[in-house]
Amino acid sequence: MLATLENKKKIPAQLQGEFNSLLENTFASEPAWLKEKRKEAFEVFSTEGVPTRKDENYKYTDVKKIFDSKYTATHNKLHKGIAIPPPIAEGNIQLVFINGWLYKDSTLSAKLPKEVVVGNMATDGLGKYSEVLKKHLSSSGDALSQLNAALWTDGAFIYVPAKIILENPIEIIHIATGNNELLASPKHLFVIENNAEAQIIERSISVEAEKYIIVNSFAEVVVGENGKLQYYRIQNDCKNVSQISNIYTTLDKNSHFDTNTISLGNDFVRNNLNIAFEGENSEIHLNGLFVVSGNEFVDNHTAVQHNKPHCQSNQLYKGVLDEKATGIFNGKIFVARDAQKTNAYQSSKNILLSDDATINTKPELEIYADDVKCSHGTTTGQINEDSLFYLRARGLSEESARRLLLVAFANDVLETIKIDALRAYLEELINKKISHNR
Amino acid sequence: MLSIKNLHAGIDGKEIIKGFNLEVKAGEVHAIMGPNGSGKSTLSNILAGKEDYEITSGEIKYKGKDLLEMSIEDRAREGVFLAFQYPIEIPGVSNINFLKTAINEIRAYKGQTPIEAKDFLKLIKEKQALIELQGTLANRSVNEGFSGGEKKRNEIFQMAVLEPILCILDETDSGLDIDALRVVANGVNKLRSKERSFVIITHYQRLLDYITPDFVHVLYDGKIVKSGPKELALELEKKGYDWIKEELAAVK
Repeated sequence: MLATLENKKKIPAQLQGEFNSLLENTFASEPAWLKEKRKEAFEVFSTEGVPTRKDENYKYTDVKKIFDSKYTATHNKLHKGIAIPPPIAEGNIQLVFINGWLYKDSTLSAKLPKEVVVGNMATDGLGKYSEVLKKHLSSSGDALSQLNAALWTDGAFIYVPAKIILENPIEIIHIATGNNELLASPKHLFVIENNAEAQIIERSISVEAEKYIIVNSFAEVVVGENGKLQYYRIQNDCKNVSQISNIYTTLDKNSHFDTNTISLGNDFVRNNLNIAFEGENSEIHLNGLFVVSGNEFVDNHTAVQHNKPHCQSNQLYKGVLDEKATGIFNGKIFVARDAQKTNAYQSSKNILLSDDATINTKPELEIYADDVKCSHGTTTGQINEDSLFYLRARGLSEESARRLLLVAFANDVLETIKIDALRAYLEELINKKISHNR
Repeated sequence: MLSIKNLHAGIDGKEIIKGFNLEVKAGEVHAIMGPNGSGKSTLSNILAGKEDYEITSGEIKYKGKDLLEMSIEDRAREGVFLAFQYPIEIPGVSNINFLKTAINEIRAYKGQTPIEAKDFLKLIKEKQALIELQGTLANRSVNEGFSGGEKKRNEIFQMAVLEPILCILDETDSGLDIDALRVVANGVNKLRSKERSFVIITHYQRLLDYITPDFVHVLYDGKIVKSGPKELALELEKKGYDWIKEELAAVK
């Protein structure tokens, strides 16, 4: 009994020290309510500990093993002279973060409509807009979300006030870098008010990440009445970087939220994508694509809460897995008792290119309303040999025929991306990844 | 151009081709007719290089080279083209992208540079007109949602674009209405040349109303049992395949 209790309390030893040090230094000048929130979150994390495979939500995911090291969480703003990649499309509003801190040379477009804020949490969220932050900062999430709530230092702060339609996409770039074992904890807040619209691209890359880096991020997303948000995420770090990403989205009525999660190269990825419908007539599209090889591991957990009637959720997740890679898709759909006329669809399709690759998919439907349409489906297969023969019979090499078929498989997800330049950029990345796999 | 000698082949241990011989010279059109189960599709699959078949003996020489030693794609790059009986639907791969990749890989094989974008577009336009293929079909995914006739037309369109030397048409007439049949046949006729040969595999004579063959062969039980001029096709159409079977039985 005692042993179990102790196990449960077991958190990486140095994290307590790191947290104390942050409280005394980095967080010292923060308002009392926030410091209190951090302490509460850390307490929850300490009690629950890093999830183990005994937790139902981490049954196939050994997150503990990546925490088995002495990570420092007290790193400060650093680094000069990092080459910032050019924006995916000209005119994109770029925000660059390095190990979770806003990079000083981050180029902010001056062409923003008045009152729109594209900034960072440390300056804007804790400064002029602290009321917005206070209003929206939740305490949601599992132990790892709590860890983020305790440790976060900076992140994107995006505020699009009512009736403003942002024409240019906002592009957030995370760079993981350095020669320390780091735990980075970015926290984002995106508030899209009533009748406002925005597009956000978030991509993670690494530059000379010589030691292992864990990025444990949390994004709070709020979309108001008639609001529209497209949120594209590209996880494309090197093998030394793990991504744990938590997104909590609440949607008011008549709103739209579309998201694409593209995972292409990390050692370990765990995405917790949570959406709650808090108004009627809203619609979401959750699309995901992962192309993995080697020992790469990608785990997508989605949870859609249909709390109100007449909402629609669509999920399409596709995976291409080679060598010893592992993929997981776990899609939870909850339909509350009065969420009548709910439409909820979920589909997971995968191609295994090797006998050693693994995919686990699991739908979880919890439905309390009686007038709903819900469906889920999953397929796992190999490359179609007849298609391969057909293409080769026209002169394509086996390699390029395979590549063409895999890119075609991915295309269902890619074609949901509404920014042309982003789609082209991703097609190239995916082509490269697929060619590299073979 | 194509020389098949005493070919024996089968699948899953069952012999289907049992001593097949055929000589095709440049510019000739050969029709191979036969009842169901005589080995017609096996023959076309073997020529294209489908890997499921075992060749137990015999040889196939194409332009003097051993065809059976060549990979599927190298056969195509050397000018062998199979118009499929059942063209495969490939969602997500556009016809245009696929053909451009095919052309460029064939060109690379021959040591040529990739085709210029404008030349490619011109080629596509020209060949689309040749076989009366609607522009929208060329831009769609390969055969996805195409009607039976559209699929067959797309095969001939690909053939026109890739300009092969040896064209094998596997039951191209099956599933075609009379208008589509005429369009497909016209396309083939326009592609006939002194250098290009055709092997037309068919169950029925009706395609041969439009494409006049130089030779007609009857394939039965894995080998050619009768060869003759184009009139043989008409005779088969009139009398069916039974008289051939009876003739063979009498000889035995």
